[in-house]
Amino acid sequence: MYEAIVFLPLLGAFIAGVFGPIIGARASTYVTSGFMVLVAILSAVAFAKVAIYEGPKTITILEWIHSGNFEADWKLRIDTLTAIMLVVVNGVSCLVHIYSIGYMSHDPHQPRFFAYLSLFTFAMLMLVTADNFLQLFFGWEGVGLASYLLIGFWFKKPSANAAAIKAFVVNRVGDFGLILGIGAIFFTVGSIHFDDVFAAAPALAEGNFVFLGQIVPILPTICLLLFMGAMGKSAQFLLHTWLPDAMEGPTPVSALIHAATMVTAGVFLVARCSPLFELAPSAMTVVVIFGAITAFFAATVGLVQNDIKRVIAYSTCSQLGYMFVALGVGAYQVAIFHLFTHAFFKALLFLGAGSLIHAVDNEQDMTKMGGLREMIPFTWLFMLIGTLALTGFPFMAGYFSKDAIIEAAFAAHNPAHMFAFTLLVVSALFTSFYSWRLMFMTFHGKTRLTNDQLSRIHESPMVMLIPLLLLSVGAVAAGFAFKSLFIGDGQAGFWASSIFTAVDNHILHDLHDVPKLVKFSPLIMMVTGFVLAWYYYIARPDLPAVVAREHELLYRFLVKKWYFDELYHFIFVRPAKWLARLFWKGGDGFIIDGFGPDGIASTVLNVTRNVVRLQSGFVYHYAFAMLLGVAGLISWFMLGGGK
Amino acid sequence: MMLQTDIMAILPELILFFGAMGLLMVGVFNTSNLSRPISWGAIIILLVAATVVLFQPGQAYFAFNGALLMNDFTALMKAMTFIAVAGSLVLSHDFMHQEKIERFEYPVLVLLASCGMSIMISANDLIAVYMGLELQSLALYVVASINRDSVRSTEAGLKYFVLGALSSGMLLYGVSLIYGFSGTVNFQELASLGFTGNDIGLIFGMVFLMAGLAFKISAVPFHMWTPDVYEGAPTPVTAFLAVAPKLAAMALFMRAVITIFPQAQDAWQQIIIFMSLASMALGALAAIGQQSIKRLMAYSSIGHIGFALVGFAAIAGENSAEGVSGVIIYIIIYAIMTLGTFACILSMRRSQGMVENIDDLSGLSQTRPFMAFCLAVFMFSMAGIPPLAGFFGKFYVFRAAINAELYTLAVLGVLTSVIGAYYYLRIVKIMYLDAPDDEVNLPMPRNLSLLAGASTFLMLLFFIYPKPLVTVVDNAADAFLGVDVQPGYVHYQGTPK
Repeated sequence: MYEAIVFLPLLGAFIAGVFGPIIGARASTYVTSGFMVLVAILSAVAFAKVAIYEGPKTITILEWIHSGNFEADWKLRIDTLTAIMLVVVNGVSCLVHIYSIGYMSHDPHQPRFFAYLSLFTFAMLMLVTADNFLQLFFGWEGVGLASYLLIGFWFKKPSANAAAIKAFVVNRVGDFGLILGIGAIFFTVGSIHFDDVFAAAPALAEGNFVFLGQIVPILPTICLLLFMGAMGKSAQFLLHTWLPDAMEGPTPVSALIHAATMVTAGVFLVARCSPLFELAPSAMTVVVIFGAITAFFAATVGLVQNDIKRVIAYSTCSQLGYMFVALGVGAYQVAIFHLFTHAFFKALLFLGAGSLIHAVDNEQDMTKMGGLREMIPFTWLFMLIGTLALTGFPFMAGYFSKDAIIEAAFAAHNPAHMFAFTLLVVSALFTSFYSWRLMFMTFHGKTRLTNDQLSRIHESPMVMLIPLLLLSVGAVAAGFAFKSLFIGDGQAGFWASSIFTAVDNHILHDLHDVPKLVKFSPLIMMVTGFVLAWYYYIARPDLPAVVAREHELLYRFLVKKWYFDELYHFIFVRPAKWLARLFWKGGDGFIIDGFGPDGIASTVLNVTRNVVRLQSGFVYHYAFAMLLGVAGLISWFMLGGGK
Repeated sequence: MMLQTDIMAILPELILFFGAMGLLMVGVFNTSNLSRPISWGAIIILLVAATVVLFQPGQAYFAFNGALLMNDFTALMKAMTFIAVAGSLVLSHDFMHQEKIERFEYPVLVLLASCGMSIMISANDLIAVYMGLELQSLALYVVASINRDSVRSTEAGLKYFVLGALSSGMLLYGVSLIYGFSGTVNFQELASLGFTGNDIGLIFGMVFLMAGLAFKISAVPFHMWTPDVYEGAPTPVTAFLAVAPKLAAMALFMRAVITIFPQAQDAWQQIIIFMSLASMALGALAAIGQQSIKRLMAYSSIGHIGFALVGFAAIAGENSAEGVSGVIIYIIIYAIMTLGTFACILSMRRSQGMVENIDDLSGLSQTRPFMAFCLAVFMFSMAGIPPLAGFFGKFYVFRAAINAELYTLAVLGVLTSVIGAYYYLRIVKIMYLDAPDDEVNLPMPRNLSLLAGASTFLMLLFFIYPKPLVTVVDNAADAFLGVDVQPGYVHYQGTPK
């Protein structure tokens, strides 16, 4: 069963990718989607079996690398954490596959698209079922590849290609940290199997190693390096720049990869490595700080974006920051819970946005929309549910998970916990504001669409609406239904050994005992955000422009996304280009071509010309050359050169 | 008994000499032009002499009180020389006829030169060296200007003569120095004196001796005559000059230097390395700038001598035999492919006469595919492209150099061979990729196509069955070293006192 879960998507990718042109677009889509439906059902069964009834198990697929004392087998490690990820990944992937049948129906390259989607799913499954760091790295790079391919799916769009390359390169920075971390683990532990590494964690927490003459504590170093990988994949502050640009890909891709699954790989990694992080408090503090800053930063930028997909992208970025704060304060269960609920409502928001974009002729600029509620009521309804879930409306999914994170931040003992708490509460206000702003700008008020667009507006087909409906159910009920299982009193039995918490870590218990004001702060922020958004975009639609003009500097700062792209362009891209130019013009052009093939060839010709000129045709020149030769040799020996 | 042995030893030379005299008489006392039959007669005499050489006793022995040496090495080199001369005579017939310079003196002179070469190869004292060298050279000066009505031919002959006289002077000066410092001219006696690099007087003698011999193989910087003479002399003469004298002179060069100065290896090795590098570099670089294919062949032969000298430089210590066989194989393969190349060059004839520019070959593959194919094979072989024979020639000498730890020489040698490949491949490119001219090359004469075909065959198939040549050459190399490096090793009792 577990083998089928992992390998059916690969088989689907193979069939669609290799035989797609032969079996046709329709067959490719049905084969891959059919497999995914099967896999999603199996995943639910697996979740029930592993997390609730039977407990974790490990399945060996094959021996992979055995070299000296280095061993890496290909195993499937199925525990509660993996089972949750299986449900999330395969559930969302299945719905996205089905949704894409409708969304991509006019695209000429459907087999390729579905092959990539299935390939991504396979790589993501490799990542979450990994039993050692190398297998995890394989999946990690696999999803990076699939992400690259899918962002650049419309390869004729220069912006899509640029975004794909940007995603790949920025991720490379994080991956560099990850592989250094894995190397450090192998160097210190001598194994990369999770069990061995986690068993060695207490010893590592005591140890130091010497690097470049500096004494470095082992465990925090390893954790920070792993976290660097997580930052890249999960678009945390400083390595976040690729995520908004990744919206150049088709919208189902954004929903699957850049909202629900791949970007949460970093969260999964940290949760998986909880035995390491739990013993490295300093690394945990760094995680909290980066998470909080990301949550705040992305929320502020989301306030002013006009591209509907970018707003949701920044929202994703912000929510990932929430998850990292939860990880950082030791509430791994809460982080995974939020990952779980977030997958539903964020995929719902993205697919809803896709449906909306589909309806209005690929228009993504919200300033050109408005008043669409009556025209596409189902889409409106689903988007509304997604928004309510995201903003934490009582008893919706986000209400349970996000509020738990805020409470955990307050209750934690981490040195940075109040900093994180403050930023998260403010971010909750922003979240509410930008989410309602999105709703009001698109569905309410007066329409700003052209008559041409209005004439062709249409509700999406059933094949797109049914996945939305299913996700809506998740967005409404996931929090309510799974709260007690994930973070309630029975959580210890539920998670079993998949997440490690130190003996003195009582955060899940403590978060219930926070002051009332703290408990209600997210709700207050949600309502405030809603009212503000209503005031600005429904009651006084002229106000935003006025405010923007009055706070020109701040507004530009936010619209320009804190100038990160410009900053990176200045710090990294320009010097890199300069260096590349130097190597190209100087290294390749001047040195290699100049002194290499071309240079030697032209030198040979020059020398040839001179050598030919030596042959003057005069006998006395020739005789002179002979005598010169003899004289030279004689002198050589007379001066002792011969010795 | 003694005299009989001596006579038997020089039987090939006697056959050549009396054959030449006989043919001369026939030519002089016949009023009709018998040059063609006389030429064939000379070819037969050469082949007979070659057969006699090969049937001489296999063991080494001396003749005329140690003035001459006979062994497997001399036999092989003599036989190859005679065959090469015969081949160059076959090449000459059509050309001489068409250019109306068919003279019976040419084969006669060539026979006399061969006689000189034979003595050079066998020479075992410095007097014999000079005698053989002059007998050869005087004949060569004359044949270079055999087309006496052509300014270029006579100029070539004159230049060759003047510079040849200078080189002979140097050689004699070296010989006199050596004799003055040692009191003997016999190779083995000189060797037994054990000169080292410290005997500066003898080193002077050695340098002059080597300069004189280097002139004959046209090693840089004693090569200056080569391009002018090759270009000016009638093409069959060029073919002759490019092959046979090189074989003989290289044999003599090796024997003289290695036998006389076994202890002064450090000294002569430096000279050889210098000449080798300079020859390879000049051969490669200067040939690129040439338009005339004859001049190109002149530089090509300078380059090839440089490569052969790589093997020469490696004749040291335990790997001496490898170096000797390397040189012999190289020079033999060089001889065969050069003869074939000249067969093609001599076929470069159009309706208005001979042409000798490289551009005249353009599009040859379309008009004369067989000729183009043969020439292409020779060019690839000269460039040292596997699996043609030329590659193995280079392979053996470079392997010897590597084993003798002459890494710099080997690396630079391979680099120059890369540069050299350019002009060889350019010819192939012109023949195969360029469009043909309006003028069409005339068909290849039968003799030439036979010779070119046979030579191509050898070049192409050497790699399948190299054993016969390698075995013979290894025997020759053993004989070369067996006698000369260890003076005590002599089978025949008639050793000098």
